[in-house]
Amino acid sequence: MGELAGYVITGISLGFIYGLVALGFVLVYKSSRILNFAVGEFLLVGAYVAWTARDAGWPLWATFLATIIAGAILGLLIERIALRPLIGQPILGVIMMTIALSVILRGTVMLIWGAISKVYQPRLFPAEPVQLGDIVIRQEYVWGFVTVAILLILFTYFFRYTTAGLAMRATSEDHQLARGTGIRVKSVFAQSWAICAIVAGVGGIILASITSVTLDLSQVGLKSIAVVLVGGLESIPGAIVAGLIIGIAEGLASGYIDPLVGGGISEVFAFAIAIVSLLIWPYGLFGLRRIERI
Amino acid sequence: MLPAGTFNMSYEQDMAIIRTRFQWGAFITFLIALFALPLYVSDHWLTLANTIGYTLVAMLGLNILTGYCGQISIGQAAFVGVGAYTAAALGHHLGWSAWATLPFSAITAGFIGLIFGLPALRVKGFYLAMTTLGAQFMILYAFNHGGKLTGGITGLEVERPAIGGFVFDSEEKFFYLIMIITIVMVFFAKNLVRTRTGRAFVAVRDNDLAAEVLGINLSYYKLLAFFICCVFAGVAGWLKIYHIGSAFPDHYPLMDSIWWLGFLIVGGLGSITGAIFGAVSYVMLLEWITILSPMLGNWFPGVSHQLFAALGLLITGLVIAVFIVFEPRGIHHRWELFKLYYRLLPFSY
Repeated sequence: MGELAGYVITGISLGFIYGLVALGFVLVYKSSRILNFAVGEFLLVGAYVAWTARDAGWPLWATFLATIIAGAILGLLIERIALRPLIGQPILGVIMMTIALSVILRGTVMLIWGAISKVYQPRLFPAEPVQLGDIVIRQEYVWGFVTVAILLILFTYFFRYTTAGLAMRATSEDHQLARGTGIRVKSVFAQSWAICAIVAGVGGIILASITSVTLDLSQVGLKSIAVVLVGGLESIPGAIVAGLIIGIAEGLASGYIDPLVGGGISEVFAFAIAIVSLLIWPYGLFGLRRIERI
Repeated sequence: MLPAGTFNMSYEQDMAIIRTRFQWGAFITFLIALFALPLYVSDHWLTLANTIGYTLVAMLGLNILTGYCGQISIGQAAFVGVGAYTAAALGHHLGWSAWATLPFSAITAGFIGLIFGLPALRVKGFYLAMTTLGAQFMILYAFNHGGKLTGGITGLEVERPAIGGFVFDSEEKFFYLIMIITIVMVFFAKNLVRTRTGRAFVAVRDNDLAAEVLGINLSYYKLLAFFICCVFAGVAGWLKIYHIGSAFPDHYPLMDSIWWLGFLIVGGLGSITGAIFGAVSYVMLLEWITILSPMLGNWFPGVSHQLFAALGLLITGLVIAVFIVFEPRGIHHRWELFKLYYRLLPFSY
């Protein structure tokens, strides 16, 4: 029983991180209809920036702040330089551009920080595990859970009550109408990219504190895209729910299927779920069913 | 447009790929120069030419699927791997000769492609990109964990193909094998896209709903495009495995799938010439980076050991990004503009 609960809890906290990264992806898609394949590399950059800050001896809050600022700058720059010229271009060009961006970011990270994996020194979160009844949880999971919960509350507030959040929602409905009401659509695009890079960066810090700071972290980006497929491209709650589904499924697979087949199935499990779910619900669990006209 | 003074008087003339006597001369000169290549270049360049050969076959398939039929695939390297592993498994476990495995490589890759193409019936664009990406991961997982069948991470060895006592064991001998098959595949692809099937693909790409209204069977043509794409991938895999001599999962990485798609855009999506430009520029760019990175390594001693990998990603990614922003129609479009320019030369109006 304790074993099962352990896998489920690992899965839940992993799922929250997937959901967080997927949320950034969904935001960009909702506002600008761009599919951001570079989201995994945003996460990578966040984790490495945090490592540098931590290495310089900065406290926890300053590390997070540095990552957030770096993420915002990165998102704004990429939107302005790479994606604004592509407004109105066919989808393949845009997809290929974000893939190229992901590769460029990855190459830059390799050039700056090298390909050797690192750990946060000093640790970001204390090493003692938390005891919940007879279940033992690592502190990183708890902190990850708390961070994601805080971010979700912040986003709910942002989208419900702030002008910028309402402008973003209006833009996701209709670009023409949003412009008509005086919203600067391009600056909304830029904001959504900045938010995407920030949440991915925060997810990167938490994930890297659980495992280590390596280039393999960007795999999570691709997995979170699988999450988006299951949850539906346009739905923020969908991203979180599907993140949890895939996280738990992956946790259980790593616990119960991996020993049977010799390991590694949990790495491809997210994609298998995504493909099967696409065959059953082509637009995801909470996605909009689109009606096309010629 | 046709060169000055050339007019199409018959249907045959209108349909001819090689139209004028000069073009025939240029084409035959090119073929002679190509097949005489081993006489005047070193083995290193022949290896590059062979790499271009099977990369081109894989990219032609991808071009038919993505460039003509509009279905995005980020899993082509894995499908190439399916062809390669089919040949390796048949040759290694059952002792089949290389020639007997060729059709099976192509057909197996085709059918595996069909399975992963099934979601194309319900989804398109980004969703399809993701399912083919999933195919890449799952197929590579199967290679790594296939036990005796695929040899796992140690891979499978294959024997070189032979005709009678003539064994294809050097770069030079392989060059002829690869070039002949590549030319046959280029010819097939070039003609395929001019048939009813090719026109149906283009209609599906431009607007699939409109194509359906016109009476094109969408699911049939989408799956056919996947099948043809993966048959090309299977042939490319067959060439690659007998060229390298063994099958490893690492030979079919995700990055290859991505680069091929990117360099199709660099070369020119939706044209066979574009695929040729793309394959040549891809292999040449990688070669250039291989030469460049040790030189740069002297300047950046701290990161020299990962400089090649990092620069490879950085430069190749930048090339693709620059092409998407400034010339999304690729080198092929520039080439067409150049042809137009010199055919109109003194009177450019």
